Amino acid sequence: MRPGVLLDAMFERAAWLAAWVVPITLVAILFVLWMGCRLSLQHFGAGFLTSATWDPVAQNFGALVPIYGTLVTSAIALIIAVPVSFGIALFLTELAPGFLRGPLGVAIDLLAAIPSIIFGMWGLFIFAPYFAAHFEPWLIAHVGSWPVIGGWFQGAPIGIGVFTAGFILAIMIIPFISAVMRDVFALVPPMMKESAYGMGATTWEVTSRIVLPQSRSGVIGGIFLGLGRALGETMAVTFVIGNAHELTHALFMPGATISSTLANEFTEAVGPMYTSSLIELGLILFVITFIVLGGARWILRRITSRTVGAPI
Amino acid sequence: MKNNTRSAVVTLSISVLAMIVSLKGRATTITGAGSTFVYPVLAKWAATYQKITGDQINYQSIGSGGGIHQIESKTVDFGASDMPLEHADLVKNNLVQFPIISGATVPVVHLAGVKPGQLKLTGSLLAEMYLGKITKWNDPQIAKLNRGVKLPNQAIMVVHRADGSGTTFIWTDYLSKESADWKTRVGEGTAVNWPVGVGGKGNEGVASYVKQIDGSIGYVEYAYAQQNKMIYAQVKNRAGKFVEPTMKSFRAAAAGAEWGKAKDYHLILTDAPGRASWPIAGSTFILMQKTQANPAQTREVLHFLHWAYTSGVGAAEKLDYVPIPKKAVGEIVHTWQTALKMQNGAPLEIGL
Repeated sequence: MRPGVLLDAMFERAAWLAAWVVPITLVAILFVLWMGCRLSLQHFGAGFLTSATWDPVAQNFGALVPIYGTLVTSAIALIIAVPVSFGIALFLTELAPGFLRGPLGVAIDLLAAIPSIIFGMWGLFIFAPYFAAHFEPWLIAHVGSWPVIGGWFQGAPIGIGVFTAGFILAIMIIPFISAVMRDVFALVPPMMKESAYGMGATTWEVTSRIVLPQSRSGVIGGIFLGLGRALGETMAVTFVIGNAHELTHALFMPGATISSTLANEFTEAVGPMYTSSLIELGLILFVITFIVLGGARWILRRITSRTVGAPI
Repeated sequence: MKNNTRSAVVTLSISVLAMIVSLKGRATTITGAGSTFVYPVLAKWAATYQKITGDQINYQSIGSGGGIHQIESKTVDFGASDMPLEHADLVKNNLVQFPIISGATVPVVHLAGVKPGQLKLTGSLLAEMYLGKITKWNDPQIAKLNRGVKLPNQAIMVVHRADGSGTTFIWTDYLSKESADWKTRVGEGTAVNWPVGVGGKGNEGVASYVKQIDGSIGYVEYAYAQQNKMIYAQVKNRAGKFVEPTMKSFRAAAAGAEWGKAKDYHLILTDAPGRASWPIAGSTFILMQKTQANPAQTREVLHFLHWAYTSGVGAAEKLDYVPIPKKAVGEIVHTWQTALKMQNGAPLEIGL
């Protein structure tokens, strides 16, 4: 037998094994989480999802506050990060003079390399006091009384809370979203763009009619990448969200996310029901992330099947 | 030349190996896990003790909950918990419990123009603040106790721990003793359902929130209030005196504790009697299996703990802990002699 044949077979096995590591790990994690939270699953049932009580003394737990906090902070992060990232990507690919593109691009990539705890510390020590002193009182006084959205801009002007957490998350996911957007924008065939410019289209017209439709699936992929990161981010959020199990729609009030609750309470959780409830929170985060990523796949597939031509 | 080098290497590795073997033969490794509160002093004790005896103490500060779990499953020599276990739990897992060290918790505030020790508070006032019933600093109930202190018309921002902790246990135990309303609505524990406020992770988290939020009140271990030069408050004790948090008032609280009368040493130093006693203090408890499979190892553990009670006092006080009084140490040694057994049921010879 030639040695190459044996090597080939071994390589095939190794690759096969490597590919299976991921699904096996996934199933194993799910299994461990499910085993760990059987106690609270049995005890609280579906009511765990809708109860806003978190009382370690009475051993009565509900996940509504952390679920709500996770979704709201991530939504705030996306609302801020998507337009900013879009602007950054557009500027870098269409508008920036050549000598600026390199350094600016590197700066954005560096932002992505900063550890999340640094963002948390910056948020707590720099942003929160500044925000509390200069923006929150004004927002509470002026926007807080508006109908419908006024309720969001209420609370104590302490700089720590759900909004601050969302804002820090936005800064953290901007580099991810903008990097993906920049790359997919750059892949749009120059011929198409130049044709449009040649016909007298403005930059905005080229962007909205040529670049965006061509790179839609990539843009959505980038947004969901950022969302996935925002949902699971732990340390930065724990620093600035205020860690209170209170259900409030006021964005300046302290709240909690699933991951911040886990980070805070897991080590000192006393009693099987407490631990089990925390593990169930972990399982819920797992499911939320799974749904988000699954949803992203589904949207991408629908878009690609409808788009004519080669999508990117 | 080459041969020489090789034989030198061989000789060296043999002698190193021999050294490791001989070290292993003499020194024991004691393992423990639990409370993070006790970690700084335990680490200091461990380092000193190793220098003296060669015994290694491997303590993992994984939290009280983890420590209880580990000693129940017998994976460590001792567990450490900031909250004493109930009699039924001790019996169920065949455990013995005794205090190792005490510490004080101190209310700290952030109020412009108020100096450390100037503000006077009572337990029931603290409970009302933490229940969200007293919401302004110029509330007549606070003002009544603090004539001469300029209290602003400012909202009280309550800061508490976000993580489970012994400090929270001491704090909520104190509030439960002082306020019936707190006891029924919130209760006591290492983590509770806080009616109001923001949560910081760890003492440092609470300290940084209090430093940052104008009009805030929080509670931290004494060492943190001291090191961060925070504005602490005086608190009224059981004897009706307002006392400052100092090592002297902590020692007074610890001295008044009647450890010998408490079943399973289930005693929390909150609301301690005595005119000079600081009212908000508690202890960390060591948990050990009553039946010991390896008497020699157990003896080493007890010798270390006894050394900590006696020779470790200075190191503990330097780190702002409150040592267990001498009288109580005698009672604890007696407990060791009576409660700890070998596997055949015979009493374990401690040899102290």
